[in-house]
Formats: sequence, C-alpha cells, structure tokens
Amino acid sequence: MKTLVIAEHDNASLKIATLNAVAAATALGGEVDILVAGGNCGAAAEAAAQVPGIAKVICADNPAYEHSLAENVSLLVAELGADYDNLLAPSTANGKNIMPRVAALLDVGQISDILSVESADTFKRPIYAGNVIATVQSADPKKVITVRTTAFDAVPASGGTAAIEACAAVHDAGVSQFIREEVAESDRPELTSASVVISGGRGMQNGDNFTLLEGIADKLNAAIGASRAAVDAGFVPNDYQVGQTGKIVAPDLYIAVGISGAIQHLAGMKDSKVIVAINKDEDAPIFQVADYGLVADLFEALPELEAAI
Amino acid sequence: MKALVAVKRVVDYNVKVRAKADGSDVDLNNVKMAINPFCEIAVEEAVRLKEAGTVTEVVAVSVGDSSCQEQIRTALALGADRGIHVEVDSKPEPLVIAKLLKGVIALESPDLIIMGKQSIDGDNNQTGQMLGALTGMGQGTFASELKIGDGSMEVVREVDGGLQTISLALPAIVTTDLRLNEPRYASLPNIMKAKKKPLETMTPDQLSVEVKCHVTQIGVAPPPERAAGIKVEDVTQLVDKLKNEAKVIG
Repeated sequence: MKTLVIAEHDNASLKIATLNAVAAATALGGEVDILVAGGNCGAAAEAAAQVPGIAKVICADNPAYEHSLAENVSLLVAELGADYDNLLAPSTANGKNIMPRVAALLDVGQISDILSVESADTFKRPIYAGNVIATVQSADPKKVITVRTTAFDAVPASGGTAAIEACAAVHDAGVSQFIREEVAESDRPELTSASVVISGGRGMQNGDNFTLLEGIADKLNAAIGASRAAVDAGFVPNDYQVGQTGKIVAPDLYIAVGISGAIQHLAGMKDSKVIVAINKDEDAPIFQVADYGLVADLFEALPELEAAI
Repeated sequence: MKALVAVKRVVDYNVKVRAKADGSDVDLNNVKMAINPFCEIAVEEAVRLKEAGTVTEVVAVSVGDSSCQEQIRTALALGADRGIHVEVDSKPEPLVIAKLLKGVIALESPDLIIMGKQSIDGDNNQTGQMLGALTGMGQGTFASELKIGDGSMEVVREVDGGLQTISLALPAIVTTDLRLNEPRYASLPNIMKAKKKPLETMTPDQLSVEVKCHVTQIGVAPPPERAAGIKVEDVTQLVDKLKNEAKVIG
C-alpha cells in the first residue's frame, strides 16, 4: 500500500497540519510519500524530507503551483495519484479546496474529515456538525481523503532524511489566477495548533473589547478565536472563526468568553481537553460542555483572570 | 448572463440530530427540513446579481426525491425564475450530484454556477469542487465577495490565514461562505407567485448519469460524551481548578 500526503505549506516552511495528515497516513500502513507543490518551495520540501518515516518527498516547484490554485494542483495530484492507493490532505481550507477536484478527476468519492482509520477502506467521520459520528466504507480502488487534524497527533517534524525527487510535470489549467492575499500577521500561535485558545463571542460587544482577551492570551501563549456571531458582527476577521464551518480546534485548554454555545460553535471546539466557559447567562448551552463554568460579567471576570494567572 | 444555483434539502440547522439507538442511521423522523443555509446564500447572491442587472435569469436546481421540490419552491420564492428537479430516490453522493449537475449545465449553459460550500447534513464540502473538475471550470470556493466582470470574475475567498482574491474565467463555479450575504425572507406574495413558476423534472437517465455508490455509511454512533462539569464561584476558584485540578496552566 502506498500513500501520498499533500503537504500544507507556505513555500518557505511546512505547516503542522501536514504532520497530522502524515499520522493518518501512517495509520493506514505501508509506504508514505509527501508531495510539496508550490513555487520556490525548496525550503518546504527540505522540511518535509526531515519528517521521520517518509519514503520520499516529491517536489513540484513551478509558478503554476505557487498559490496552490485548485485547478492546477488537482491536475498534478491526479496524475501522480496513478502510483498511489491513497491520497491524503489535511482538512484545511487548502485541502478542502483541492482534494474533491482530485477525487472527481479520478472518478472516485472523497472521504472528508476522517477522525480515525478503522481499516484500509473504513473510516470514522463526523456528520451533522459532529452530533453524529458515521462509520463509512469506500468501495473505490483509490481513496481520496481529508484528515481532521485535531484527531491525529502530529508526527515529529524532524529526525528523517527522505530523498527529495523533483517533479517536472506542469499543469496550468489556465482558468484561474491569483490576485492577492490579505493574511493577518500575528506572533501568536496558530489557532488550529495552539495548546490554549481563548475565544470571544457576541458578548464581547465590539472588536475593541477583544483586547481584554489579548492580555490573557499573552500570559498563556494562547491563540485567539471567535464565534460566528462575533465574526458576522465584524468584531474580528473571518480567520478567527471556530465552528462547524470555520476552524476545528482541540487545545488542552479552551476558554469561551461571552459565547452562548450554538451547535455550530460546539462542533468546532468540543474535543478540547478542558473547556472553560465565562458567560453571564447561566442557562447558556456552552455550560453543558464546559468543565468549569463561571457565571459572571466578562468585563469584570477577564481583568481579574488576567491578574490571577 | 444566466446563473444556475444548486439547492439541497437538509435538516433545519436548529435541529440537534441524533443517531438511532440501533446505530443504523440518524433519526430523521418528524424532523423539520429546510434549504441548506449555504444554498440559501447562493440563491440570494444570484438574485442580487439579477436585481443589479448583471444576471438575466436564475435557475434553481435540486437533486433528490420529490420532497426537494419544496426547497426549489423556496428558491423560487426568494427570486429564482425557474426550477429543475433531478429526481433521485436514494441519497446521492457528492460525486453523483456533481455529475448530474454537469448534465444540467450541458443543457442550460449557464455563465455562473453558485452553490453552498457544504451541506450541514453530510458536512462533505465536495460537490462544487467536483463539478469544477468534471466541467474543467475554475472554482471560487468559500466565497465572501464576488465581482463579475466581462468574461471573468473576481472572488474573495475565506482561507485559513485570512482572505484570498482570485480571478476566474467564466463560466465558473462559486461556493458560498457565510459572509457572502445575508439572505432575505420570502414574502407571502412571493411564496404564492413561486407556486406558478415553471419547475421541470429530469431523471439521471436523461442526463446519462449512473447513480453509483462510492462511499457507504455502515453505521452511526453518538460522539463521545463529555463528563458533566462544575460551576465555579469566582475567578479565584477557576484559576485554582485550572492550576491544581486540570493542571492546564502553570
């Protein structure tokens, strides 16, 4: 059995999500290769070569792949897919964008967001916002899979010395073009891999009040997240959103502040190890999943919390 | 310019769905059904483009059993001009839906296809991208803004790090994210008018698509339950618990 993991990277470095996907690939067994498709992505390929247990890294370095346009990268992955039994990518915005296209090119179904590998063709995955866990079986000769990163512990980033093989195949579908990207720069850990996350909801009342979370986040080296309500209201940008259709997080500690706890938000954080909820409404559904609930006015509780930690 | 919007009938987003006790499937008895929220955003966007004069006709298509005509009527009440129902008895998979939509596209030749990024039942997030591959069209997934130009369009996409803007040659496929727009409510007169709008039915045979099974659900179970938590009195007790009981902060 051979598995190809599609790396998540920014051309200069490898993202942790790749290491979660490699863990899922390892669970499938057999040989595991990593594809780094990008533009000037040599550094990312070298990082991938250090992941232990990898047979080889395929580096497709071409301007057509620089911004990971799905139309181009999917053609490359589908071509390389001829040599593999399984094609895996983390369930990131990028993985979700590319992999269904790959599956359709190969005329196979896709198994989205797997939580576990039960056997070579059987997987568990969440449906209905994670209120139900389905066991699904693929009848296809090749499996195209996206991996819920929080369900697989990342493999180590270093220790391996895999060979890097350059891939010269160029696929430019010619139907899409990158224009620009607005990416928030932050010194904080990434939301999806932080060990502590503190999130604000509608109860924060406005974007300025998110500064109340920042002091605590600084002390705990936490990432800052938000509920859909807070993002929709314009308090914070979309990349803060935790939930069914936003980011899925499972940190050691999740602190929900002024978040009522809609099903869709719970879907994105209820696998956190310890959940703290601070909300002035004692009937808020968030308390049903919280290990520690504090019924309090967040504008009083947050400064106290910052001082106490 | 013609816009095609795909709509799916799903469990209403407020319903907390549960697995049946025997683990065979989810329990959907007497559960409220609705148009998938992301599909509703797709309809709204197409209707706004029509109101702005960019689009001249909005065609709403749904794949499913006869009950999904209800959701096509909802789309018509929101402002779509006519409906197409592709009748499939089983619960079709994303790849099959994409193939059926490709068949409809071959008949309708739309310039723009707008659909939801995922349906809130299967949470697959696949159909739009698959349709892109099958038709060779470009895709603007997880869209939060569209600007239609001459022969191309710009799509602002919600990605993990922030926002990405891409340009796509038309015809192209857009999948909607939450912040693309806020859908309107259908007015009673529009609901009445929608009943008279044309709704055509097609079969997979007519579209030369075989309804195949790629991924089978073999069982369902509830997610692991969290042990009941406690309420703490104040911040002092909270910090004490986090330090000494949960040991998650130093």
